[in-house]
Parts: sequence; structure tokens; C-alpha cells
Amino acid sequence: MDADALRAKAREFVANQPTTDRLEFLRARFDAGLAWVHFPEGLGGLGAPRALQSVVDTELAGTPDNDPRRIGIGLGMAAPTILRFGSDEVKKRFLRPLWTGEEIWCQLFSEPGAGSDLAAVGTRARRENGRDGDDWLLTGQKVWTSSAHTARFAILLARTDPDLPKHQGLSYFILDMDQPGVEVRPLRQITGEAEFNEVFLTDARIPDAHRLGAVGEGWKVAQTTLMNERVAIGGNAAPRESGMLGAVAKTWRENPDRHTSALHDRLLRHWVDAEAMRLAGQRLRQQLAAGAPGPEGSAMKLGFAKLSQALSGLEVELMAEDGLRYDDWTLRRPDLVDFTGRGPGYRYLRAKGNSIEGGTSEILRNIIAERVLGLPSEPRVDKDVAWKDLPK
Amino acid sequence: MSATLIYSEVEEDLRASVRDLLADHASPAAVLARCESDQPYDLELWRLLGEMGATTLHVPEELGGQGASMRETAVVLEELGRSVAPVPFLGSAVLASAVFTVLGEPVPSETATLVVPFSSWQPVFSSGPVRSVADATVASLFIVPVSTPDGPELHLASSATVTPVTSLDLTRPVADVTVSESTVLARGADASNALRVALLTGAGLLASEQVGIAERCLFDTVAYLRERHQFGRAVGSFQALKHRLADLYQELVTARAAARYAADALATGEDVEIAVAVAAAHCSDVAVHAAEEAVQLHGGIGMTWEHPAHLFLKRAKADQLALGTPDRHRAALAELVDLRL
Repeated sequence: MDADALRAKAREFVANQPTTDRLEFLRARFDAGLAWVHFPEGLGGLGAPRALQSVVDTELAGTPDNDPRRIGIGLGMAAPTILRFGSDEVKKRFLRPLWTGEEIWCQLFSEPGAGSDLAAVGTRARRENGRDGDDWLLTGQKVWTSSAHTARFAILLARTDPDLPKHQGLSYFILDMDQPGVEVRPLRQITGEAEFNEVFLTDARIPDAHRLGAVGEGWKVAQTTLMNERVAIGGNAAPRESGMLGAVAKTWRENPDRHTSALHDRLLRHWVDAEAMRLAGQRLRQQLAAGAPGPEGSAMKLGFAKLSQALSGLEVELMAEDGLRYDDWTLRRPDLVDFTGRGPGYRYLRAKGNSIEGGTSEILRNIIAERVLGLPSEPRVDKDVAWKDLPK
Repeated sequence: MSATLIYSEVEEDLRASVRDLLADHASPAAVLARCESDQPYDLELWRLLGEMGATTLHVPEELGGQGASMRETAVVLEELGRSVAPVPFLGSAVLASAVFTVLGEPVPSETATLVVPFSSWQPVFSSGPVRSVADATVASLFIVPVSTPDGPELHLASSATVTPVTSLDLTRPVADVTVSESTVLARGADASNALRVALLTGAGLLASEQVGIAERCLFDTVAYLRERHQFGRAVGSFQALKHRLADLYQELVTARAAARYAADALATGEDVEIAVAVAAAHCSDVAVHAAEEAVQLHGGIGMTWEHPAHLFLKRAKADQLALGTPDRHRAALAELVDLRL
């Protein structure tokens, strides 16, 4: 299907949709194959090139949407993995309510003992004969789970064979969060807020039909999920002096009597770094659009974390006696996270997470050094050892 | 904003041709050997660059150039930076050429230079000897900013007293210049504007040379750390070292974007002042950091005269001062973006 045919189809869909109900509209859009056009027919798509999605989005602008920020984990991580590894039944069951936002998804990968070293996950999955065939019983603890308190389903990585080396004994599942064996507790951060959760699993039950990929192939399946993790490259370029720099520059201009020459020098250095980062992001998007994505993307998150931490630290210093105050330590459960929301103290503390979440800056430096620059890896002592025998 | 920050196919072809030429003429060993010889400049390489049109890319055809743009000239500078090639490109093909082009004068085929201290960041018209002028020892035309009772003037001289000095940068030495006989090239606002544009163009394009320096330092260091073994391992496998190179890579990514943006701004005339201030401030420091890391991470060999790392360090450090230190460019930026002290 080419762009013109797709545009015509999208126009026809909009013209012939009498419903004003948001959910009904989204379901109809999914059924018409206009949800994600690169998915197969019958699963919300038309088997069209992914690049043509923008044609549909343009035609359907202003119609009810599925609030992609709220359901990002489902869209960006669960859906591509289900599409690639799910049975026909699983795909039929899960993809439509995932896309419409009727069912929220979360990701249960990280554990207290498996952060940077994700393949070390220790949540145990044991086979048990259930009424409708084999079930799995899961016991363990997951951590740093966004949306766990609103999610109906989770994608989950668990250990099915502790006698194998760590990458080989993993399997990948879909977990129903709405059951007695699943307990979700807010995980309070240094900001006072709880954006994330801890999830405790005690004999939580998963039918074998909800396993994605073969037993023992969980690591491979997880790679699909992680590769699809949405790269933070939006469609549009950020304007100059936006984001954290925008917030701090505004504070600077509003507080002229707090200026010092040393802070001024630091602010200007950060301004230059931020503008260079912004231009690098723009350059990266141009490379992608030209069909020649470079390895530069791996450097962007590293730079972003450094910059947001430096800027937000500067802002607290600039605020002098007001920098000694904080807006509110109350445990809150924000729906969506805004790094630059709230006050300077919050911005400073929240930015500390930027060099940890989604891959620590240290791991990113390893990735850049090894995969981009081609430097040799550190010697590994854990690759051929049974998981159960690794020091923990 | 619609600036193109990626390289076009034409630009990549140009890069390949210049790189080929430099591989033949400006190997590290050749550059090192030349810098203490009677003629630190490679005039044969300079002639060949002129023959292939690389020295007049951004000059309009009616003024004797190739009618391309600053973007292409910037690509040549990246390559010259990668090999710290000892040619008077910046003085003649960038600074002097910018003056002629702004004034609508045909660009002469002789090697020219702008008689200002290489550390200048803003137009200054003076009289008398000028210290630390770049690319002067091989110039046969001199553009001189002169302060006269009638106001600022740009003069042109075909001879000058040029006294070479011992220079920090062995591959782009500076000299003291005194001009006695000259003719008027431009007066008043025209003269001020031409000098201002030339300095802005120089600082903006120098960023591309700095990207070339940083890239070469990073990748030569990576190659060395893959080969060099200590404690039974390639030293590049130690995180203490590889993380420093990853940080450097991140700086190179942003420096390239900033330098490309400045080259594009100079080509289109849009947003020039901010683009140049950002590129000059950022790329200067990145090049110095890369060169300093190259020396440190090469260990003892990086501290020897026989290894070329010092050529890059000296060029990078001199470039950091050239046409305005990062500090000067940040000060300019503070005014441009309304972030005043």
C-alpha cells in the first residue's frame, strides 16, 4: 500500500465514523488497520512500511488518541515482542486493548540483584500442572517498575533453570497483574515522589500459553523488547533553550541580584553544551531521515544526563536562601513525569536519575567504547558459570 | 530551523579527494620532519590544494572562485585538521579571502594573510608592528587594518617585514609583521564590516579544523589502546581508560554538530553570530581535551618528540586562543542570548 492509497483510506475512515465515543473510535481505528500500519492486517495494521504511519497520523490529527505517553511501555516494548514471539491467540487477545489503552502494560525486568547486569535476574518460574494444562508459578521481586500500579499486564523475565549459565536459563512471560500473588508497592525516590514501584511475586500464576519464545530463550526475546525501547528521538527538533536549560535560563533572568561571575561562566558553558547537544540531536534525526543512522545516538543520553545534572545543580546554588527550601516532600504518585516540572530542588534531585534509568552512564560508556569505538571488553568471569553458582 | 547538518555526497567526495592528497603529502612523519626544517610550510601541498580548487571553494565564480560555499571549505578544514597539515589555508583561503569576498574584490591567486594577532576576536585597527600573525612567513599579500585620522581603513601591501618567532604551534607558526608601504583597500564602515566578517568566518570555520583534530586524536588513541598491552591485557579493555574515550566520543559528536551548524550558518547568513560563538567556544575546548587525552593515554610514548601527538596538542592549544578564546566567545554569547551577568 502506498502513501496515496493509505491517505485515501484514512480519509474515508474519518468521513465514515459516526461515533463520538473515544474508545469505540479507537477500536474501530484498530480494526480498520490504521493503528500501526506496519503491523499485519487483522492486528491493527495493513502490512505497510512503518514510515507511512505519519501519513495516517496526519490525516487523523485531532481525532481521539490513545494517549501514547501513558501507554508507552505497551506500545514501545510489549507490542513488538508480542508481535514477534506471540501465538496467534496471544496476538489476538492482547494487541487491540494494548493499543487502545484499555489495558495498561508494565515491564518487570529489573530486580534488586539485576540492574546493569539484567541477565542475572533471579525471579524463579517453576512449572506446575494446572487445570488447563501447564502453568508457571513465579516467586521473586522486581523493582523500578513504572505503571505497575495502573497496569493490567506485564512483560516479565524470569529464571526457569538456575543450573545453566545466566543468559541460558531465562524465559519470557506475560503476567496478569490482577491476581493475589502480585503485590505492588510504591517505591519512594529521593524527590519524595513515587513514580515507580516494587513488585513482589509470590506464586503468581502464568499459563504456559502466555510464554513468549521457547523455554530458555528469554534473553533473546528480551533483546527484541530492549531494541524496540523507544529511542528518545521525537519527530520534531527541540527549540533552542528548551528543557532543563530553558528552566534554568528563566531562573537566571528572573533573579538578577543573585548573579555571580562564577555562576555566569558556568551557565554560559552549559548553554553552549546544551545548544551543541540540541544540534547533535538534530543532526542525528537528519541522518535517520537520510536512511543512514549513525552510532552517535548512543552518546546522546550520556550527554543529556551530564548536562541536566550540571544545570540543575547550578540552579539550586543560584537560588541562595531559596535554594535551601524544597517545595514538597509528600509521597505523590505522578501520572506522567516531567523532569523540569516543579522547583529547582526537585529538578536537581530528579536529574540524578538521568544517569541511572534506562542504562547507567557507566554502562553507556562501555557500550560506546566497545560497540562504537571497538575497544576490547573487560574479561568476563560469569559467562560459563551456572547462575546458581555466581557470587551474589 | 532548516540547517543541514549532515554531509552531502559532494562534500564526502571532496573529503575523500583532500584526504587522498594529505595521505601522500602530510603523513605524521613528514609533518614532524618538516616542522624543524628551513621551510615549515609545505608549499608543494599548498600549490596542489590550489590546483584542485580547494582553496577558493566558497569564493563566488565572478571573484575567481569555485562558487561553492563555506560548508565545503569547512570540510577541507576538517581534513587539514586531521593531519595538522602545514599550509597557510586559514590565513589565506579563509581570513584574507573573506575580506576580499565581502568587499566584492576578486580574490588574488597569491598567498595572502590578514595582519592581525591570531588571537584577535574583534576588529581592531591600529598602527605599527603587529605581533603573532598567522601564516605570514609565506604570504606575498598582506591585508592590514590601519587606524587613520579619517577612521579605520583596510590596506593592501605586497611586501612587509616579517619576523618569524618561535611558535607554540609548530605546524602553523606565527610571525611579527611590519608594513610600510600599502594602498587603501576599504575605508570606514566597509573596512570595519569586512574585518568583522573575516574574523567571524575564521572563528566559525576554525571549529571544523578543531573537529578534525579531535577526531584524529580520538581514533589514533583508540587504535593505540587496542594494540598496547600491559598486565596481560590490551589496555583499552580497562574501564578507567575506555570511559574517558567514550566521554571524548560524546564531545566529538556534539562538536561536529556545532561546527556543521556554524559552517551552514556562514553559508546561508542565518543566525551566524550565535552559531559561530557556540562552535568556537565548544570545539576549541573539545579539540584541546582530545589532544590532552591523546598525550596522557599514550603514556610515555605520547610525551616523546618522535610521536606526533604533540603536534596535535600544540595545534589544538594554539587554536583555542586563535580568533578568540572560548571565554571571549561565551562573553559574546551572553549578550546575544540575553544571559547577562
